[in-house]
Amino acid sequence: MERKIRVLVAKPGLDGHDRGAKVIARTLRDAGMEVIYTGLQQTPQMIVDAALQEDVDVIGLSILSGAHMTLLPKITKLLRENGGNDVLVVAGGIISDADAAILQREHGVAKVYGPGASTNDIVDFIRSHITPERFAGAEL
Amino acid sequence: MGLIDAMLAGDRRALARTISIVEHGGTDAQLALGKLYRYTGQAHVVGVTGPPGAGKSTLVNELALELRRRSATVAIIAVDPTSPFTGGAILGDRIRMQPLGHDPHIFVRSMATRGQLGGVARATSDVVNVLDAASFSTIIIETVGAGQAEVEIARQAHTTVVVEVPGQGDDVQAIKAGILEIADIFVVNKADREEAGKTQRQLQTMLQLGHTHDPQWSPPILSTVATSGKGVPEVVDALARHRRWLSESGKLDTRERERVRRELFQLVEYLISEQIDQRVPAADQTALLDRIRAHRIDPYSAAKELIQRALDGTS
Repeated sequence: MERKIRVLVAKPGLDGHDRGAKVIARTLRDAGMEVIYTGLQQTPQMIVDAALQEDVDVIGLSILSGAHMTLLPKITKLLRENGGNDVLVVAGGIISDADAAILQREHGVAKVYGPGASTNDIVDFIRSHITPERFAGAEL
Repeated sequence: MGLIDAMLAGDRRALARTISIVEHGGTDAQLALGKLYRYTGQAHVVGVTGPPGAGKSTLVNELALELRRRSATVAIIAVDPTSPFTGGAILGDRIRMQPLGHDPHIFVRSMATRGQLGGVARATSDVVNVLDAASFSTIIIETVGAGQAEVEIARQAHTTVVVEVPGQGDDVQAIKAGILEIADIFVVNKADREEAGKTQRQLQTMLQLGHTHDPQWSPPILSTVATSGKGVPEVVDALARHRRWLSESGKLDTRERERVRRELFQLVEYLISEQIDQRVPAADQTALLDRIRAHRIDPYSAAKELIQRALDGTS
């Protein structure tokens, strides 16, 4: 049996708008993934706690507030410090190309999507970048 | 250190990974459960069920906070449905559980039903065992929004809480046959609404008329406003009372016996199917299906034939 891909979709910080995040959640659901949706106003700690308890393959972060250069590095750092190195982090929102490049190069964000990104691309990216054998062969 | 030892020693990341393995099923899951089973049997397993939108997640959140105040450690399994068409799921119960925050003695895990009917997932009872071995003193299972027949939870939990809301008088009537019979505790949530008293009275009448699942335990009907926490301590009191009654009356032993018996036979069924699938070639299985479809053999005889073929294959 194929392993289900589990994704946490969350909105860090003080955005009051989660329509995009909901569209993504629904898209991933329709692609056969299990999406844990935690909604608005999440602190980095809340996001990392949830991701680790739920043992997700992917964290999808939606951020429109402009605070991405503060919040996203905090999340990836906290994730690494707590043993979540194998979790793929993807972000979406209003993020400039320059910021996106820094987040991808220096802060462990695998991919940044802007307005108009194709939902199919996002699904394909996740499918091809998660570790399929993540817990096969784990020493019990 | 192996995953199970790490988990037993309190490593939460190892716990989360063990749950994934167990949920996925197969040989690794069986090995893991084999290793941890002897550490189980301590936790109080509480089921919370009720119709969609009744406030189950909010109530579970408040129950967990109150249990923590009384020094319990709490694990929550929140079940939501899998889409029958895409196999995907949106698991949204955590939204209402944010106040549980960064407490190492609370662990929340969302589970999709993965095709299982009955309000819980096939692996839910296995995940309960993992959390039990990880020493949580109370394990709360929140079912999918349940209608009439999602009664599986009562077989898995020691104490079943059925959550109702006011203003659905006809619905209460409608669900009379199934879900009301499994309640050890009734909670009328959103009790600040009009008609809460009426819902309470309806439940009371129904209890007087119908039989509950144990004649020696009369299920209390409690009122809560989960969004404010009102009435929640009384629910936690009732949970403790029910658990005490279970062990003092000897019912805990009878129920657990019945539960493991059912579980054992389910597993036997599952393992036999698995073996047949491995031993009888796919083409032969298809041929048998074709014969049933053509009404040349009846399903009962076909089933016997399949089992016989698997047995012959071993000799």
